[in-house]
Amino acid sequence: MAEVLNGAMTAKELETDQEVRWCPGCGDYSILKQVQKVIPELGIKREDIVFISGIGCSSRFPYYMNTYGMHSIHGRAPAVVSGLKSTNPDLSVWMITGDGDSLSIGGNHLIHLLRRNFDINVLLFNNQIYGLTKGQYSPTSEEGKTTKSTPMGSLDHPFNPAALCLGADSTFYARTMDRDPVHMRDILLKASHHKGTSMIEIYQNCNVFNDGAFFGMTDKETKKQQTLFVEHGKPLIFGQNNEFGIKLDGFKPVIVNMDSASADDLWIHDEKDRAKANILARFYGNPATEGELPRPFGVFYSEDRPCYEDLLVNQVEVAKEKFGEGDLNALLRGKNTWTIG
Amino acid sequence: MPPTNTSMSATLETTKEITILFAGDSGDGIQLTGTQFTDTNALFGNDLSTFPNFPAEIRAPQGTLAGVSGFQLHFGSIEIFTPGDECDALVVMNVAALKANLKSLKKGGIIIANTDGFDAKNLRLAKVESGISPLEDGSLSNYKVYPIEVTKLTRECLKDSGLGTKDIDRTKNMFVLGFVLWMFDRTLDPTIKFVSEKFKKKPEIVDANVKVLKAGYHYGDTTETATTRFSVDKAEMPKGTYRNMMGNQATALGLIAASKRSGLELFYGSYPITPASDVLHELAKHKNFGVKTFQAEDEIAAVASAIGASFGGALGVTASSGPGIALKGEAIGLALMLELPLVIVNVQRGGPSTGLPTKTEQADLLQAVYGRNGEAPVAVVAAATPADCFNMAFEACRLAVQHMTPVFFLSDGYLANGAEPWKFPTEDELPSFKGNFATPSDLKDGEYLPYERDENLVRKWAIPGTLGLEHRVGGIEKQDGTGNISYDPDNHQHMVNTRAQKVANIAKNVPLQDIELGSKTGKVLVLGWGSTYGAIKAAVKDLTEEGHSVSHAHVRYLFPFPQNFEEVLRSFDTVLIPEMNMGQLRMMIRSEFLIPAVGLNKVKGIPFTKGEIKNKVLELLDQLIK
Ligand SMILES: Cc1ncc(C[n+]2csc(CCOP(=O)(O)OP(=O)(O)O)c2C)c(N)n1
Ligand code: SF4
Repeated sequence: MAEVLNGAMTAKELETDQEVRWCPGCGDYSILKQVQKVIPELGIKREDIVFISGIGCSSRFPYYMNTYGMHSIHGRAPAVVSGLKSTNPDLSVWMITGDGDSLSIGGNHLIHLLRRNFDINVLLFNNQIYGLTKGQYSPTSEEGKTTKSTPMGSLDHPFNPAALCLGADSTFYARTMDRDPVHMRDILLKASHHKGTSMIEIYQNCNVFNDGAFFGMTDKETKKQQTLFVEHGKPLIFGQNNEFGIKLDGFKPVIVNMDSASADDLWIHDEKDRAKANILARFYGNPATEGELPRPFGVFYSEDRPCYEDLLVNQVEVAKEKFGEGDLNALLRGKNTWTIG
Repeated sequence: MPPTNTSMSATLETTKEITILFAGDSGDGIQLTGTQFTDTNALFGNDLSTFPNFPAEIRAPQGTLAGVSGFQLHFGSIEIFTPGDECDALVVMNVAALKANLKSLKKGGIIIANTDGFDAKNLRLAKVESGISPLEDGSLSNYKVYPIEVTKLTRECLKDSGLGTKDIDRTKNMFVLGFVLWMFDRTLDPTIKFVSEKFKKKPEIVDANVKVLKAGYHYGDTTETATTRFSVDKAEMPKGTYRNMMGNQATALGLIAASKRSGLELFYGSYPITPASDVLHELAKHKNFGVKTFQAEDEIAAVASAIGASFGGALGVTASSGPGIALKGEAIGLALMLELPLVIVNVQRGGPSTGLPTKTEQADLLQAVYGRNGEAPVAVVAAATPADCFNMAFEACRLAVQHMTPVFFLSDGYLANGAEPWKFPTEDELPSFKGNFATPSDLKDGEYLPYERDENLVRKWAIPGTLGLEHRVGGIEKQDGTGNISYDPDNHQHMVNTRAQKVANIAKNVPLQDIELGSKTGKVLVLGWGSTYGAIKAAVKDLTEEGHSVSHAHVRYLFPFPQNFEEVLRSFDTVLIPEMNMGQLRMMIRSEFLIPAVGLNKVKGIPFTKGEIKNKVLELLDQLIK
């Protein structure tokens, strides 16, 4: 039930009267909760907030947010938000999408949203599976994945969302996960303060069709070994007891033991460095394997670049200055007329 | 500037109408020549209609039949409805252009031929088997042939200009245009003005073009090539001020006018496709009207962006041609479910698939009316003439906003590129309309019901940013009133019925069907829609003047039909429906009213001629007597 309220709101007030229908235990709940917690802190009026999604389990999100919202069609949310932002640049627009939704059917729209840099917060729920259609492999599923549609294992090479986004000249890319609410909260805040398309990839556990896909990165025993939390200005350190660091040997990241290295030798994370962000994006493979690099989380890259909607509004203003406010009679009349009678 | 009527050699013959066809390689500047001659006649005060016809490739193989580009113009001192069935004059830049178009020239007609395009190479490219130029083999003895060495004369004229041969040859269409302007007694002024503006930054090119243009004119005047010139008086058209207008331009202006008259910002999301692109080009020029154009990454993004804009309170418009419209289908269904205004412009072309990109067809009617998954009725309107695109694009916007629903506006390649004189309206002659925006006063017990409806079943438009009206919409079936997701069987039935009735209610908001020409009852009604208007009207005019019981009705509101539509159809013994498709409107009429309408169908990428329609009507009248 929508109360008329302005300004301050609580997480509770962002809930709707709709029953949340994700499977019990789904990672989506945790994301919803953090978003509902973070939004009131942003000082944005509820009526100025819009959630737009495509289709998939995650895309039901807008129904659970007591703001404006649209559950659109599969893969097309990037285009919907582009039109909305073009006409209403002052809104705070949040796009909710899944890995199938925005990397498969909507892949084209996603890259164009990123390069245009509309001021939008994109939450990409990556569960490496198609949830809503009941468990087919997705574009982020690992090679050889056995699912209902790939009983002998998938042949597809997976997308690397970080590399894809940076390749599309995204101005902000961050990665977080459903099972680390504190980190997620921090990333959501950072993303919301970024002006431009903020892409947040959230590792989300689909406990029904792909349970445990990220457990190595979320479970207590393995987490510290397999993950690397990057922070602007801080060295790249990881390990159960922070015993490892990462150094750059030319363009090649190498793991060093902190016994034999000092923090000064390490790679210091710089959010503004696109080249290094691209290297971080390639920390992939299976982090459980000996010698493999840990999976980075945090803000990989953040850059200030003009937003499409501002440029668009500006062009309209320039046109008005240059040619004067549109005069319909003059337009209809045109330049060459003749008169009869 | 040569004054008119000073010819030393030729006599001036007054005639009521002329059809002229310019043809040549697509690199010959045929479209420009045709357009300039058209504009000159329009400014003079003739009524007219044009038909540009170009090959699909940008630079089709030179000198070949496939590469022939044509521009037909019919102008007169009488009312003109079509670009003309047969030509009085044929201007050909090469032998292929002659070969491709000779069949449409009247016996005794004029051929103005650039002899430089008739050399051995051109004969070979045009597959003239004998190897002998038709200008020399006697085969054109039934026509008046004016052979002119255009290339040579142009080069001669500019030999001191300092321009290279390539630049010089590019002006040869001006020589032809100059000659034609002389032959039809028209001034050079509009062309000189045009060239001066177009090449403002290159004075040497302006000079060259003007020099060649004048040379062509004087050539006619002094060489005794032709002994007769033709003069066509101003047309008797309703009093008023006119301009020349093309269909795509009219569509763009109609959208801008609707935006102005509704106070809604225009957002146009589109992906380039022939023959719709010019609407985007035209709109992009008018950002000072607050128009926002968005060249999307594909058609799906184009329509989805327009939906996003409509959700945000703008007038969301998207446009394409058949293949792109096919891609937009799912999103159009979404707009229907969201119950938001959306205008979808389809500038139809030959199909299916990529079909005939540069040729015209009206075969997307069923796609517009029925071409979506589920029960998804969408209103459809269509323009009859190039200038009528203005009215119907405007109407599509008005209906979309007043009924909170997607509306199709159908144009086609023939309307898009065709031109006619337009007695343009002034701003205050156009209706104004408003979006019915929800306000906080629409809250019921603190709750906002996005799908609450008025007596026409139309919901209100609640714009993000409005305090208290926060709500969620989506393409998944929803409960009436609340907009919550609902899988309830009875609710789905109710919503399907409701949406259908909502669209049906649009009929109350469109003009009644009128009879365009002829009496209100009779033997044969020729029912048209879209760009067949001119050919049907010309045919019915002839037939009524010959005393036959024939009338013409032209339907612009195709879904839903006007309220009196069935009554109009039932007032005639037979309904004939000529369409540039295999019988799509006929199928709709038959299924909705059980009226055994007869079809006249053609899908050749070219419009109907008056004669084709006349013959079919006469055949029907004949059968009715028997
Ligand atoms: C045009 C279209 N094609 C296919 C579907 C079926 N479909 C719905 S969701 C989905 C994939 C969902 O996967 P993902 O985006 O990863 O979201 P999740 O359900 O895992 O959150 C598919 C294939 C559809 N709704 N529309
Ligand atoms: S199927 Fe998977 S992603 Fe979808 S709701 Fe259930 S657990 Fe979540």
